Order: sequence, then C-alpha cells, then structure tokens
Amino acid sequence: MNSPLVDIRDLRVKFSGQRTVHALNGVDIALSPGESLGILGESGSGKSVTLKAMLRLLPPRRTTVAGSIAVDGQDVLAMNADTLADYRGKTVSMIFQEPALALDPVYTLGHQIAESVIRHEGCDRATARQRALDMFERVRIPSPARRLDAYPHEMSGGMRQRAMIALALACRPKVLLADEPTTALDATVQIQILLLLRELQREMGMAMIFVTHDMGVAVEVSDRIAVMYGGRIVESGGVADVIKSPSHPYTRGLLASTVHGAMRGTRLEAIAGAPPSLATAPTGCSFAPRCRLATPACEGAVPPMVGVGPAHVARCIAVAPAAA
Amino acid sequence: MLIYLIRRLIFVLPIALAVGVVCFSLVHIAPGDPLVSILPPDAPQTLVEQMRKSYGFDQPMPVQFGIWLGKVVTGDLGTSIATSRPVAGEIGKAVGNTLLLAMVATLIGFFFGCLFGFVAGYFRDSVIDRIAVTVSILGVSVPHYWLGMVLVICFSVLLPWLPATGAGPGSSADWRWDWEHMRHLILPAITMSVIPMGIITRTVRALVGDILSQEFVDALRAKGLTDGGIFRHVVKNAAPTALAVMGLQLGYLLGGSILIETVFSWPGTGFLLNSAIFQRDLPLLQGTILVLAMFFVAVNLVVDVVQTALDPRIKRG
Ligand SMILES: Nc1ncnc2c1ncn2[C@@H]1O[C@H](COP(=O)(O)OP(=O)(O)OP(=O)(O)O)[C@@H](O)[C@H]1O
Ligand code: SF4
Ligand SMILES: [Mg+2]
Repeated sequence: MNSPLVDIRDLRVKFSGQRTVHALNGVDIALSPGESLGILGESGSGKSVTLKAMLRLLPPRRTTVAGSIAVDGQDVLAMNADTLADYRGKTVSMIFQEPALALDPVYTLGHQIAESVIRHEGCDRATARQRALDMFERVRIPSPARRLDAYPHEMSGGMRQRAMIALALACRPKVLLADEPTTALDATVQIQILLLLRELQREMGMAMIFVTHDMGVAVEVSDRIAVMYGGRIVESGGVADVIKSPSHPYTRGLLASTVHGAMRGTRLEAIAGAPPSLATAPTGCSFAPRCRLATPACEGAVPPMVGVGPAHVARCIAVAPAAA
Repeated sequence: MLIYLIRRLIFVLPIALAVGVVCFSLVHIAPGDPLVSILPPDAPQTLVEQMRKSYGFDQPMPVQFGIWLGKVVTGDLGTSIATSRPVAGEIGKAVGNTLLLAMVATLIGFFFGCLFGFVAGYFRDSVIDRIAVTVSILGVSVPHYWLGMVLVICFSVLLPWLPATGAGPGSSADWRWDWEHMRHLILPAITMSVIPMGIITRTVRALVGDILSQEFVDALRAKGLTDGGIFRHVVKNAAPTALAVMGLQLGYLLGGSILIETVFSWPGTGFLLNSAIFQRDLPLLQGTILVLAMFFVAVNLVVDVVQTALDPRIKRG
C-alpha cells in the first residue's frame, strides 16, 4: 500500500579508471519514514558508496550506476542539476565520518549552517542565523551564540561533530545518512553523540541510515540491521532477530567474534580470510572463499534472498527458509 | 592582532640594519676610486683630497657607516656624483615610476593568472588546462628583455600603435593618468606581467585542484550548494595563498625590473640603478640598492600581515 520513503532496487555501482571496482552488486534497501537502519560491514564492503550514491556524490565521469533509487517518490538517478541541488540537504542530508575534513576551514560554523538554510528556504541572513543558533542549542553545544562564530579548527572533535549534525539537520531532512559519524571520536564522546543522534532522529521523525563497523553501535542506534558483504546486502532484519538468530554464515562469524569481548568498540575484521576482490562482478556467493559451509553450488549462482523469519532475510543457499 | 603587528615590526628592524650594512659595504668593496670618474685625470692632489673630505671618504669605515646611517634615517641619501642633485629626490621620482609599472604589471598578471588558474584547476587535464599550463611555463621561462623587444618590434615598429620608450610624451618624467602617458605604460606593463601571470596561474591551478579534492567540497555538494555556491568557497580557500604569491611577485618586480626598464627606457629605479652603475655614481647606487632592498622587506611584511588577517587558521600572537 504505502510505498517506502527510501526505495533502492538492485543498485549497482562500478568504478572504472586505472582499476575497475565493482563496488555495489545489487543492493536493495527499503526504509519507512522515521525508521532507523544500521548498515554493518567490513572495510570495502560498499557502505560509503551506497550512501554517496543516494546523494549522487560519486565522481560522475568514472562511475557507472545501474538500478534505481527513489526517495520520497522522486527518482534520484534521473534528477537534473537543479532538482538534485534542491534534494540534497533538504530531503536527504549526510553526516560525514571526519568533521574536521567535512567542514570548510575558512568559514565560521554559523555561516556554514546559515548558508544551507538560506539555500533551501530562501530566508534572510538574520532568520538563518537564528535557525543556526536553535540547532546549536538542540545539539547541546555550550555557549552556542559564541560558538556560531568559531571556525572548525577552534572546536574539539566532539563539538565539531555536534556542529556537523546541526548542519545536517538544519533544513529538517526526511532522511539522514550518517557515515561512521563516531569512529573518529573518543569512546565516551562516541556514546554521547550516538545517544544525541538517536534522540534527535526520534524527535524529528526522520528516517536514518547509519553506517558502522561496530556491532555495538549498530545495535544502539538501529531499528533494523543490514549486513553488507562484497557490495551486497547478505542479511537484513530487525535488530533483535539478527542478533539473536543470525542466519548468514558471515553474520554469525561477525557475532561470534564480538560476543565474547565487549560488544562496543570491537572491529569486524576478526573473520579469517581476505575481503573479496571486486575487480570482476561476482557470479556466485562472494563469501564462499571464507565460508566453512561452502559447497560448489555456492559459486555457481548468486544466492537469492530467502526469508528466515518475519521481515528477516538472508542471502545463503545453506539457510533453511522459514515455513510460511 | 595589534600585538602581532608590533612584534612583526620589531622583527623587521634587525633585517633593515643588516640590509644597510650590506648596502654600505657593497660599494666600498667595489674596486676603483669613486672620485676618479668625476675628476679629470690630471687633477691636483690637493683638489682630490678636498673632494675626498667633502664626501667623507677620508674617515675610517665604521665612522663613515655611522654618519651615513644617521643621514639615511633622516632621509638624506647624499648627493649624486654625476648630477650633483640630492639622491633622495632622484630615487623618489624613480620609485614612483617603478611602483606604477610594477603594480600595473602585477594586477594584469594577477587577473589573468587567476583566470587561467581557476579554469585550469576546474578542468584538470582538459585541453584548456594544457593550454593554460603551457602559457604559464612560457611566461616564466621566456627572457623578458627578449619578449619586450619582440613586442616593440610588433607594436611600435611594424604596427606603429604604441610608443617604445619613456614614460610620457617628450622627455617628461612626471606621470599623469591620461592617454598620452598611459600609452607608454602598455608595452612595458604587459612584458612585465608575464612573470607573475605564469607563477600565479600555476599556484592557483594547484590550489584549486587541491581544494576541489578535499572532502568538504563533497559535503558542500551534499548540503545542496550549486557550482556557483561552491565556487565561492573555493575562492575564499584559495585567496590567502594567491594574494601572498601576488604580494611576493610585486616585491620581486619592484626589485628586479632593471632589464625591462632598460629595454623600454622606463625612468624607474632599475633604469636609475643601471645608469648609476655605468657612471660609477656611488651615492646614487648605494641609495638605490638600499631603497630597493627596503621595499622588498616592506612588501614581505605587508604580505605576511595580510595573509594572517585573511586566514583564520594561522595563529596570531
Ligand atoms: N571514488 C572511487 N573510485 C574508485 N573506487 C572507489 C571509489 N570509492 C570507493 N571505491 C571502492 O569501492 C569499494 C567500496 O568502498 P566503500 O568506501 O563503500 O567501503 P566502505 O564499506 O565504506 O568501507 P570503510 O568501512 O573502509 O569506509 C572499495 O573497494 C573502494 O576501494
Ligand atoms: S551461499 Fe554458500 S558460501 Fe555463501 S554463505 Fe551460504 S553457504 Fe557460505
Ligand atoms: Mg566508508
């Protein structure tokens, strides 16, 4: 009946250049308004590329994109330059991993937020600045009026990330993309930022896609989890389902490697074997070289998604489908 | 900012003093007796002694330096041996002309340097980029007196459009902003602008390429800025460095224009220096070198201060 807010179907991204990289090989994501999806996966699995594709930030000349991305009923891949600029920051906005690099060093934070508000709402400078101040208060930056006139390098990492969040939320986007927004921060600051994000996301009724390496972080901020491997989603479902009954061997490996240690702060590299080469598009299960259950059939064809529970799917032929 | 300014000014003092010592001793190290060139070879010994005294050449070196420095500080650079006119006045007029030529040339160079640099930086590895890079390399490597002569041959001799020498009609050295005078400025200014243009093109191209590859540009795009909006950010990020390079170029042009001024008989400091050398006019030579060196120090100071004021990342203190 009601179509999802974000509807990504069979998204494929290929980079050409000195090296060909098949970064995404068929990604499907559906997200309802107000829902929070955590994308988990090891380095190179295509998490950042997925988010960048949603904002069309990939270098156009070297990138081939196939499939479809619809957000709020708009076809993102078909947008012209003007529509795209209106959509970016207004319908969908993004928080970057390293706020020190993602903020312009020579403009004040207040200016950078106001600029975005003026761009999308066409208001005057005073109104935009007032909005920037409101946002600084919402993300709980101490002495906000003074900090508006600060340059990025004058703030600590945690404060900068709060400012980045204020910037991303200033135009009340429907979807917030967060690409490992806490990886660069100290553990204590990390938790504060996560809680703040989750709170703001609920308060403002935004949908959120949150990318992370970290199982504990994903559990903290998500309603649903999608596990990525080799440019595909290999398992997705509600947080509790995925954590309690992981189905895909890769997800099980991830959980086994984090269950004994502390949940948070554990990186996902603990599974034996190397990540797949993406030089050619995979014709079978990308995880087969590292999978203990692999059979010749696994490499013959790309495994289909099978339902393993209500709204819980996995891409593995060794998984028994749930009885309907 | 004020404290920073004062500190910067204090740092300049020892540099200025060192420049003074070098200027002073340069002339005394040079071989030959400066009086020989103005006195007839058969002048009586008493007259030579008298002249030597009146120019102060009979005193010991440190005393001569002290006296010289004292006068310099009060603006007295001595009297030209060749013309018997005060050196300060001669230099003053020449400085005005040199400043005019150097500033116009720098502005032309800056304008085209930025234009080419931005276009090349934005369209890296395109045909336009290759052309801009080639032009900038040519600009830096072509000998300027040669370029000057080529321009004279083209636009003064073959096509009699522009005058080839002087700074105004007749032999007048007083500048005025009318077409009669400005005509004289065009060829030397273009010739001179080629150096800063080449260097600024290369600087700006590298700057723009570097800025565009930074993540914050993606972030600006992600918040919905159009190319025009992003361009403003690129300009503001590039401005401190581009202006600093422009200032340094102005400094170089102020000091390094001897060849061009000679080719065009432009009555500036370089031309003056040239005639001072050939006439062995020591006070004039000393004064000119000193003023040129101080210029360079001053330009560096201004560039530093401006760059600090423009770039919030440089700490003031
Ligand atoms: N602009 C690009 N040009 C070429 N290849 C790229 C580009 N961006 C990403 N890739 C490649 O695409 C693959 C997926 O990269 P992506 O950045 O999405 O990984 P990720 O899951 O975000 O990893 P990480 O956790 O390290 O951020 C990698 O192999 C990467 O090298
Ligand atoms: S499809 Fe085969 S190789 Fe892939 S995860 Fe399942 S069992 Fe392992
Ligand atoms: Mg990434």
